[in-house]
Amino acid sequence: MNDTFRKFFAPTIFIVVLLALWEFAVWWNQLPDFRMASPSDLVPRYIQFWDLFLIKSWETLWRTVVGLCIAVIVGTLFGMIMGFSRFAREGLYPILVGFNAIPKATVVPIVALMFVGDHNFNTILIAFMISFFPIAVSVSIGLSTLEPEYRDILRSLGATNTTIFWKIALPKTLPEFFGALKVAVTLAFIGTNLMEIVSPHGRGLGDLFDSGRISADYPLMFAVLFAMAALGIILFYIVVFLERIFAGWAERTPGN
Amino acid sequence: MSENMIELNAVTHAYRTKSGPLPVLDAFDLQVPENSFCAVVGPSGCGKSTLTRLVSGLMKPDVGDVWLHGAKVTSPRPTVGMAFQNPVLLEWRTILQNIMLPLEIVKSPMTKAQAHDRAMSLLDLVGLAGFENKRPSELSGGMRQRASLCRSIIHKPDVLILDEPFGALDAFTREDLWCTMHDLRRAEPFTCLLITHDLRESVFLADQVVVMSGRPARSQYVLDVDIPGVRTLEDLYTPQAAEMLATLRHQIQVAQGRVPEEQENGPQEGAV
Repeated sequence: MNDTFRKFFAPTIFIVVLLALWEFAVWWNQLPDFRMASPSDLVPRYIQFWDLFLIKSWETLWRTVVGLCIAVIVGTLFGMIMGFSRFAREGLYPILVGFNAIPKATVVPIVALMFVGDHNFNTILIAFMISFFPIAVSVSIGLSTLEPEYRDILRSLGATNTTIFWKIALPKTLPEFFGALKVAVTLAFIGTNLMEIVSPHGRGLGDLFDSGRISADYPLMFAVLFAMAALGIILFYIVVFLERIFAGWAERTPGN
Repeated sequence: MSENMIELNAVTHAYRTKSGPLPVLDAFDLQVPENSFCAVVGPSGCGKSTLTRLVSGLMKPDVGDVWLHGAKVTSPRPTVGMAFQNPVLLEWRTILQNIMLPLEIVKSPMTKAQAHDRAMSLLDLVGLAGFENKRPSELSGGMRQRASLCRSIIHKPDVLILDEPFGALDAFTREDLWCTMHDLRRAEPFTCLLITHDLRESVFLADQVVVMSGRPARSQYVLDVDIPGVRTLEDLYTPQAAEMLATLRHQIQVAQGRVPEEQENGPQEGAV
């Protein structure tokens, strides 16, 4: 079986089989669409609201990406500080863990009140808050576990710490960074939708979901879930693509 | 101040640990003439790696001083090359890029083209021709160590410090690399300080073998290895070599604090 076949056809086959099983299960149990919508119920909704889906998806997408980008910058900065200074690591860790432990659903109404009216800002803020933790932790671990020999190789030649960071510490941390980014991208997406659903303000897929809920349009709600899954998959594979470019060296070919 | 390339005068050093200072070196002396090869052997934990860090300037001794080429060592200097037991190649770079790494730090009179040619000829010399564009993960352990050796001398250092570079390799690869070391030094002479646990390695490679005593280490014994001409592995199987190995082995046992005369292999613990 060649590579292209596996990469493109295997997921397609699995998705089709899953949808068929679902369709069959709903039909077999004779479930009405207000209990469980079947895939075939979703198609009319996509056709009916295609423009809304496009607009709302874009709103969700760009705010997720902006939140994620801020999380990358802030998370990397925190990771660097904690990776290089043991003092900062000991001091910051409990705060970060505590911050991360707060369920973001409880933060949403608070943020919505604090920055009332700034919908985009609020959404981006939640996406950022929920996704920066794994990035900070993995960067700090990557930097603090750098083997001393790697440092010595350059230090024995008289290299400065900045040089060591750019030439060794940073590239060596990239695989850990991308591992965390894969987690963060999904989290950021959850953050955006959380804001859109818990504190609806007429934007994003979360709002479309809420419309479906209010009008008891269950197939629409399911259709939104599918759109969210599709967006999540797209974002995830964008990260995988970037990983292959910047940290492709870390991937071992099988049998090597 | 002298023709010695490496000189340590009464160097005493201790590590600060939670349970008080841990003395590692005690009035340690070492003289390595220019372009000669010095091997240092000793019981494990006796401070051999500390010695390399002091000579390379990564650490400063508490007492005494370290001289390189007639200048007191106070910080790392670009005229030193280092290779460790772990080849520490950067996985995101090709072999060629790895070997050129020191030239990105050290100012060298070589042009880019010259540096490239030098890297290629070093690769050729150690038997890695054709591997310049491979990644370290595609190479075997022995090949990685060869690449690491090339990297350690790409910038034409005066002194090469080797901290057990052959320790993790299998016996045959190790012997191959010993011969490679001789090839490299014939191609361009440099002073070499080798830390090792392998007595045969020390005799085959070195002009003088220094035996360190147990911690805190002093220079307990210095053996001059007098094998003239181009050395081959067969030189290790002569009566003369056997005698040198026996002497070194005896000295190591003394260093380990075991009773040397009657019970050569006795497990009796002496003063450490």
